[in-house]
Amino acid sequence: MLIVSCPCCGVTAEETEFHAHGEAHIVRHTVGSTDQDMETYLFMRKNTKGVHFERWRHQYGCGKWFHMARDTMTLEVFGTYPAQTLAPPEDLLVQIDAKRPGWRKST
Amino acid sequence: MSTRLATGGRLLNKSKTVSFRFNGKSMTGFEGDTLASALLANDQMLVGRSFKYHRPRGVVAAGPEEPNGLVNLGRDGRVEPNARVTTTELFEDLQAESQNHWPSLDFDVGAINQHLARFLPAGFYYKMFIHPRPLWKHVYEPIIRHSAGLGKAPKQRDEDTYEHFYAFCDVLVVGGGVAGLEAARTAALTGARVIVMEQYAHWGGRTPVDGGEINGAPAQDWIDATLAELGGMDNVTLRNRTMGAGVYDHGYVLGYERLTDHAPEKAGPRHRLWRVRARHVITATGALERPLSFAGNDIPGVMLAASIRDYVVNWGVSTGDRTVVVTNNDDAYLTAIALKHAGLDVPAILDARVLPEDSDLMAQAKALGIRVLMGHAVSSVKGAKRVTGVSICSQAGEGSVLEEISCDAVAMSGGWSPVVHLWSHCGGKLRWDTANACFSPHPDHPPTGADGAQFVTTAGTATGMFQLDDVLNDAFAAADGVTRALGMKLPRDATPPKGERREDAPLAPVWLMPQGASVKLREKAWLDYQNDVKVSDVRLAAQEGFVSVEHAKRYTTLGMATDQGKLSNINGLAVLAGALGEDIPAVGTTTFRPPYHPISMGAIAGEARGDVFQPLRRSPMHDWHEGNGAQWEPVGHWRRPYAYKRADESTHDAVMREVTNTREKLGMLDASTLGKIVVKGPDAGRFLDMLYTNMMSTLKPGKCRYGLMCNDNGFLIDDGVVARIDDDTWLCHTTTGGADTIHAHMEEWLQTEWWDWQVYVANVTEQYAQIAVVGPNARAALERLGGMDVSKDALGFMEWADGTLGGFNVRIYRISFSGELSYEIAVDASHGQALWDALLAVGADLGAMPYGTEALHILRAEKGFIMIGDETDGTVIPQDLGLHWALSKKKEDYMGKRAQQRAHMADPDRWKLVGLETVDGTVLPDGAYAVGEGTNDNGQRTMIGRVTSSYHSPTLDKGIAMGLVLHGPDRMGETLDFPGTDGKTYQAKIVDPVFYDKEGTKQNV
Repeated sequence: MLIVSCPCCGVTAEETEFHAHGEAHIVRHTVGSTDQDMETYLFMRKNTKGVHFERWRHQYGCGKWFHMARDTMTLEVFGTYPAQTLAPPEDLLVQIDAKRPGWRKST
Repeated sequence: MSTRLATGGRLLNKSKTVSFRFNGKSMTGFEGDTLASALLANDQMLVGRSFKYHRPRGVVAAGPEEPNGLVNLGRDGRVEPNARVTTTELFEDLQAESQNHWPSLDFDVGAINQHLARFLPAGFYYKMFIHPRPLWKHVYEPIIRHSAGLGKAPKQRDEDTYEHFYAFCDVLVVGGGVAGLEAARTAALTGARVIVMEQYAHWGGRTPVDGGEINGAPAQDWIDATLAELGGMDNVTLRNRTMGAGVYDHGYVLGYERLTDHAPEKAGPRHRLWRVRARHVITATGALERPLSFAGNDIPGVMLAASIRDYVVNWGVSTGDRTVVVTNNDDAYLTAIALKHAGLDVPAILDARVLPEDSDLMAQAKALGIRVLMGHAVSSVKGAKRVTGVSICSQAGEGSVLEEISCDAVAMSGGWSPVVHLWSHCGGKLRWDTANACFSPHPDHPPTGADGAQFVTTAGTATGMFQLDDVLNDAFAAADGVTRALGMKLPRDATPPKGERREDAPLAPVWLMPQGASVKLREKAWLDYQNDVKVSDVRLAAQEGFVSVEHAKRYTTLGMATDQGKLSNINGLAVLAGALGEDIPAVGTTTFRPPYHPISMGAIAGEARGDVFQPLRRSPMHDWHEGNGAQWEPVGHWRRPYAYKRADESTHDAVMREVTNTREKLGMLDASTLGKIVVKGPDAGRFLDMLYTNMMSTLKPGKCRYGLMCNDNGFLIDDGVVARIDDDTWLCHTTTGGADTIHAHMEEWLQTEWWDWQVYVANVTEQYAQIAVVGPNARAALERLGGMDVSKDALGFMEWADGTLGGFNVRIYRISFSGELSYEIAVDASHGQALWDALLAVGADLGAMPYGTEALHILRAEKGFIMIGDETDGTVIPQDLGLHWALSKKKEDYMGKRAQQRAHMADPDRWKLVGLETVDGTVLPDGAYAVGEGTNDNGQRTMIGRVTSSYHSPTLDKGIAMGLVLHGPDRMGETLDFPGTDGKTYQAKIVDPVFYDKEGTKQNV
């Protein structure tokens, strides 16, 4: 069972207090989008082995959504950051570079 | 004979006799006995039958690795199947029954299987019972189910209680042997918060049995002193009878504490599940001895050498008068020496090794006059339900008998395997230790935690150390390293205690005895005692292509018994490696999964049983319903009255009465459970326009509108009436089950997609009681309460108003889910019951009567209103239900709009909503499928529709239903066939889904 830190309220707690919601930074496609874009938006997910950015919610706490960068193999948590963003913060990416050199090529 | 010795038994209190029963027979033991030692003291070597061949099985081990001694423990409401005799402490009046035999342990009919063993090899069941197919379900499976199985599931509710316990620490030490105690002592000296878990009642592990001095004195002195030291430290928690069951991600560990198993008369919970978060875990879990694979190694009386030693030293029990020791290492010599010291005979030590010179222990054994035969092995063991002798041979040969030695016990030792389970649970890797022929933790590949750093460290024998001085030094170093990494520091003068070192001769790996054993001998050489897997089975699996260790395991069932292969796995995979011509590390191990040793279901459930299993949500009028015949229906975590049954009627009659009364007079529904979500802010209208398929921003304050909500996949997820409260406030009603999910859905989109929109949402479902007052007399009832103008002109259909009704501050919505004149009255939850009572009082002579959810369903179905969860199932879009009118054409975008344009969604062949009316007036089975011409690719009848809701309508006095049908709306008047599960075929005509009051004249009065 993971330990998760909420970047909104600052609480560090057991995974059972949170809920995972899959891949982060998915672009919403809607009216005017091609069928292919709709398919990508609705169904295509990366299923990464290694560094993964995912959506979480502090379900039984402050209720806020946030993102987490995590290694799906070792379950190492690189960091959490607020959901109100289109891409992971650069300083977090640099941290991951240090720990997993070359990871950007594999994703 | 196994018997109690006059002397010895360091764990016993011989002044206290304990009586118990085994298979109905009275026996006695002493306080401090395990059930196993007490049975052996009573010469009860035979304790069970094996799973497949029903071979007689005796006790093999003295700890949790025991594969054979499984019993049904207790009676009535306190029954435990598959209890291990070796881990069951004896108590007064204990009742045990052996398992897997019929009619009796001594005479078992199933034992015929052992004579058929030649025809029951690995994979027999898979090969034999696969054809013909139908026989599996009706013949093979019932027979196999009857004959297989170990313990019997309890029939009564468990009378005991269980609890969960949460704990946090810096260092959790699993194992209370000398390594665990030393690691705990060292860690505690740094000030770290330490928890130590020991699975047995006693501390110190094997060392007091195996001997060796610490700091120049007997090991027990150091153990006692260290325990006293730890006991006096505030930062240390010591728990005996507590097994470290599993290590999980990020330092989460489960401990299984057995509080009253040894003393059932004690008050309090039986088991406690420790849920620990440790910053670091030290596993000092020791090692398990391996059996040797030779013919007849499963005959009762053949036991692990160290376990025989345990029985002599710990419990003063001799397992036999004449014990032959067979080994590939020095450790087993300790058993021969211990037996000699206890005055028992050791006719020979058969040592598979050929060594240039004697080690210390070999010299000691010889000095005691024991005959030591080097390079020798067991050819086969003689005996059936008990060992009578062994025939011996050369280890290097094929088993030609050199000599027979009569004996009544055999002590075997194939070397030791560190207990790596807890290390491996969370990803720790193993490496092959050639010198000791075992897998040990790979220090470069430890389990890692949240920060990517190592969080499990092994100590002592669990690391792969087999000498007392190495064990203590390793434990000290482990604790020092761990606490250093946690930022704590040992006092400068801290040093490890000095353990004695014994110079042992090296072990020689032996995976089969003799090494060239013939097929006949291999067929009698057991690997897995509980599941009857032999050397020949693993070889057959390899021969048949099951070359992966995981496949071979499942094919042969090796290691799949309740002991999870603690004894059999290493030997089995060594045999597999041999058959494949590969190295053991290349074959690898199967996966270690928690728990280490079975834990009770009660401990896992903890307090979560019965009434507290799940919290129940109660409406403000719950108790009134309870007292007035409510038949409860679970809806989410709520309980809603399905119907209010009177003493003289059936539930069905009650539903019919409630529908008719509501149509003709006055019904009252507790609608409090329906979701109420306030959406407020400058962008609230824009937000709701995205969430609902229809337009909500144009709704005028004071008005209500029915809305549909889809997800972005286009599927319908919820519906309900939305009321506009003021310029920037809306109140959204949701379904009862949907309140929490829709609230979460709103939060999700506001926080993760449209985070710059200024909107707040609040789930106020439980803040209000809501009562639907329904029927032709509804207005009259409200007028009697008085205070608000509820006339058609003042409060029209789909309008709402705030006011005071009969003294209550209320909000009245004029909305209808029944087609009748209907007011839904919301009031503060705390006034719900009073308003309910007031309405019943003023409505008494107007026919006021509560109705439940089933009447609600019938009322809406008569009107053709859809129900989320009946007409929808997560694959239905509004277009399927003929709800085009609720899909805004003006809005550029709303959730689901684009998805509904995808090819499959726009397919004209999607099943569409229609009404269904049975030809003979009966009720269609709910969920029945309509069948058409022909068959599909699987040879099943072609399906062209299904029933989504079906009821008897008392209003129309016939069966009415709704369903989704291929081209349904174009087929009005056609009759379809619906085969039921009862063998009958029902016929129904396609009709308009609105069965009653199509013009809506009744609600609009």
